[in-house]
Amino acid sequence: MDNNMQQIAVRAKEMRRQIIRMLASAKSGHPGGSLSAADIVATLYFSEMKVDPAQKDWPERDRFVLSKGHAAPVLYAALAEKGFFPKEDLLSLRHLGSYLQGHPDMLLTPGVDMSTGSLGHGISASVGMALAGRLDKKDFRVYTLLGDGECEEGLVWEAAMAAGYYKLDNLVGIVDHNGLQIDGPIVEVMSPEPLDQKWQSFGWHVIKIDGHDYAAILGALAEARVTKGKPTMIIAKTIKGKGVSFMENQVGWHGNAPNQEQAAQALAELE
Amino acid sequence: MTKIATRTAYGQALVKLGEQNPDIVVLDADLSKSTKTADFQKKFPDRFFNIGIAEANMMCIAAGMATTGKVPFASTFAIFATGRAFEQVRNSIAHTELNVKIAATHAGISVGEDGGSHQTVEDVAIMRVLPNMTVIVPADAIETASAVEVASKMHGPVYIRLGRLDVPVVLPEDYQFVLGKAVIMREGWDAAVFANGLMVAKALEAAEQLAAQGIEIAVVNVSTIKPIDKATIIEVARRAGAVVTAEEHSIIGGLGSAVAEVLAENEPTPMVRVGIQDTFGESGNPEALLEKYGLTAAKISEAVQKVMQNKK
Repeated sequence: MDNNMQQIAVRAKEMRRQIIRMLASAKSGHPGGSLSAADIVATLYFSEMKVDPAQKDWPERDRFVLSKGHAAPVLYAALAEKGFFPKEDLLSLRHLGSYLQGHPDMLLTPGVDMSTGSLGHGISASVGMALAGRLDKKDFRVYTLLGDGECEEGLVWEAAMAAGYYKLDNLVGIVDHNGLQIDGPIVEVMSPEPLDQKWQSFGWHVIKIDGHDYAAILGALAEARVTKGKPTMIIAKTIKGKGVSFMENQVGWHGNAPNQEQAAQALAELE
Repeated sequence: MTKIATRTAYGQALVKLGEQNPDIVVLDADLSKSTKTADFQKKFPDRFFNIGIAEANMMCIAAGMATTGKVPFASTFAIFATGRAFEQVRNSIAHTELNVKIAATHAGISVGEDGGSHQTVEDVAIMRVLPNMTVIVPADAIETASAVEVASKMHGPVYIRLGRLDVPVVLPEDYQFVLGKAVIMREGWDAAVFANGLMVAKALEAAEQLAAQGIEIAVVNVSTIKPIDKATIIEVARRAGAVVTAEEHSIIGGLGSAVAEVLAENEPTPMVRVGIQDTFGESGNPEALLEKYGLTAAKISEAVQKVMQNKK
């Protein structure tokens, strides 16, 4: 790994540790899909995106929309790590009065570009951001992270159709393809596969990568930058619960928080 | 009497406002000729987005545009804006307090021949219950033009309910809509009628009929349903001692309910609600439908006489 990848890896590990701490403190929330997306989100915030914690409403900033809003802990960990708010506040996640809501809230949390949580909304709003950016001849880019289960929502495909139709090459989607949803494996609950062919047929440039390989993530994001005339969808194969042995590939860790003992074990593994 | 559909006034207002404010963008869902946003498209093709038959997507795209400082007007039929796309409006526009204006046409049973599937009788109820949402039901073309301008200049989500049918112009040319202000259009204190939308014209007609019988009523145009003008409603109810509400909407959840909520807590007053009686509409000529569903001046007059018997 080169220096850039090494610093992303350090950030990603710290973010995973924060995710465990936050969820243990909240006693509820979504560890599996937060951990699966940590390498992707770390790469976006610590290499790819143009954002400035000192001016959170900077009009020229790149936008990030967490369409899979239940993975809020990974976003909050990245924003705190980036300096949008103090890391100590992460432990207030989901507590009454906290600005860190169970799902991202743009009115409350510095650095959150769009409130999400209801699946499908995020990518659709991202299309609006990308259209507005193009209308104003701004060169900011819009990144949106989707769940693979989220791709069962009809709204995702309405948005996919519009982005393809409008040829939004300033929009990049990433599917966190961890293969699991609340009720089981996505291919058993209601398969959205073949995801690559679906996105291609909606007019997107599709890149398939290993979502835990920094070189692959960086390469795909670079390819998206030079892809003109269509939006890019990066389908990132990931492991749900990545980094914590007993959470990896376990459906049960979609929406359950670790207790203190489990959190201690997870943090030991993430040393 | 001049008759103009409020949707027509909306289309013209958008063009005028589009010239003044370059941040205004307009979205439609394949109904631009009916909603009249096609007027804006002709003039500002770059700022018009036809999202196709995908109302949910249209609402979230409008929300995304609003995050960058645009002032999006999203239009489709009221049934789709508030029914099909309800959860997108709720979570991506109202919960986020984004600056999206939802201008929905073809509300109510005056849609006519398209029938019950397209005649929303519940849109005001489901928009009114959303925190952060402003709800406006203009009475005529003049008020529509003014309300659309006011909506474009205020921050936050607004629902504007518009109609397909040509309706009488009841307000003077120089009328200025004031958000949250109910307007007393006629005085008379035997009873008061609170109306909005096309029922304002019917209420004024009823007032004429009643005056001929020696009954003098107040007619109040409650075009802003939310925030509702509590002070005017309480004051008018206190003076009149008996009230009727009249709306082209279900009597559940709309103007009738809003007025009842204000009065029950502040000035309990005998009341009768004229409106759609918890039923869906059907195909037919708009005027014939208004007649069949009791949305007429005669029904308002009848309601006034009934409620006056209950005056204390």
